[in-house]
Amino acid sequence: MAHPELTLVENRPFQTQRKDTWWVQPLAVFIGLGVFIVYATFRVFWGQHYLHDPYLSPFYSPLLFSPDGSHSWFGVMPEWMPAFITPAVLILWAPLGFRFTCYYYRGAYYKAFWADPPSCSVSEPRKGYRGEHSFPLVVQNIHRYFMYIAIIFLGILSYDVWLALWFDDGNGGKTFGIGIGTIILAGNVVFLGGYTLGCHSLRHLVGGAVNLLSKAPIRRNMYNCISCLNSKHMLWAWMSLCWVGFSDLYVFLASIYDFKDWITF
Amino acid sequence: MAKATFRIWRGDADEAQFVDYETEVSEGMVVLDAVHRIQAEQANDLAVRWNCKAGKCGSCSAEVNGNPKLMCMMRLNDLPLDKPVTVEPMRAFPIIKDLVTDVSWNFKVKEKMKPFTPRPPDAEDGTWRMEQEDIDHIQEFRKCIECFLCQDVCHVLREHDLHDEFIGPRFFVYAASLEMHPIDTENRLEELKNEDGIGYCNITKCCTKVCPEHITITDNAIIPLKERVVDQFYDPIKKLFRVFSGKA
Repeated sequence: MAHPELTLVENRPFQTQRKDTWWVQPLAVFIGLGVFIVYATFRVFWGQHYLHDPYLSPFYSPLLFSPDGSHSWFGVMPEWMPAFITPAVLILWAPLGFRFTCYYYRGAYYKAFWADPPSCSVSEPRKGYRGEHSFPLVVQNIHRYFMYIAIIFLGILSYDVWLALWFDDGNGGKTFGIGIGTIILAGNVVFLGGYTLGCHSLRHLVGGAVNLLSKAPIRRNMYNCISCLNSKHMLWAWMSLCWVGFSDLYVFLASIYDFKDWITF
Repeated sequence: MAKATFRIWRGDADEAQFVDYETEVSEGMVVLDAVHRIQAEQANDLAVRWNCKAGKCGSCSAEVNGNPKLMCMMRLNDLPLDKPVTVEPMRAFPIIKDLVTDVSWNFKVKEKMKPFTPRPPDAEDGTWRMEQEDIDHIQEFRKCIECFLCQDVCHVLREHDLHDEFIGPRFFVYAASLEMHPIDTENRLEELKNEDGIGYCNITKCCTKVCPEHITITDNAIIPLKERVVDQFYDPIKKLFRVFSGKA
């Protein structure tokens, strides 16, 4: 039986002969990233409940300024700073820029948010295409600079975990302990480490640019380690994204309800 | 014996349509077997390109239920046979007849690329010395069978028809195999950026997903080449470093 109505040329948006549930993955990415963006925006611009001593939300670390100057690197937030500039706004552009320009996320959100393409071998809703060949998306090539900053952030967040090991002993001093918050913040560093240290740009920096790795054994070993993390980059990307949100949520809830964390001492 | 319906694209560039064929199927059959049975029993003029039937020649590339596949490797028991199985030619290339497309554009692209340019031989007998681990780095690129499924699924070619500005994943793999070769001396980065259009790739990873040889096209070939292009053209610190080290 002939089917003249079925055309080979894909001329309608989202047209495909695929019979599988191709839309599930882009939809899941859309929902996952969308929920994170909404939650992070709310938390970043709220500017409160980011600290529950000794836990500091990763959304607000490093804490450059704070409203009362406590726990911050440079004291009180300058008065000339507009009200919408919270301590998180000052720093969060860096990790968000790292994720926005990440090779994995680029491929994922081009599909999920811009349908460019909606999925493999599924027709697109627009005809024009410039990709990352010209402005604005050629700016994605800045990714390695965000990676440099992300590595510094990883060190700062590790220091936050160290600080989260020391609790008030009730006599004005500090005593060692491990709270649930400490474990959550440490998990955050582990997941962010797996994601950041598996970065494609870092992989290139340590060994990808070299054709004779046999003559650079240290770089070769680093390259092999990073390649190992890089092979699961998508997994690390999602685990770290979820965990950083969860870490903030934990500190937020601990702060707002002022509950006493379970501590092992 | 069980029966299944195959909805096969019939016709040429001027006029074509899907035609349903019902045929007997048995355990162990692949799509190419079914197409051959239809060709033998119902449609003697059905055009299909094939050769090895072992997934190594890359001839029988087509789209099965909308997914770019080698017909000889697509087992029927992996398909839902309660509905018609659609079999179409690759969409990224001009159709010749039925399931056969003209893939000659790919060979013209390859001819334009800078060839392998080895350094002078290391030994007097005209041979080179290489470490195995340096070759391992690029070995997976050599597995390519040129089935062009990656070209077919790439939306830059398939959807936007940018064949004049973009060489496609297959040739980024080829470029990577040369550019990362331990004894190659040629620099292809300017061509990759300007003529080969590597910036058009937006990292959908569709090429990696359809590769029958499981070459990690995006992560091991395209992104490393993109990073080398960034080194050369977009990274101001690298540029400064080259100026001061006299390599600019």
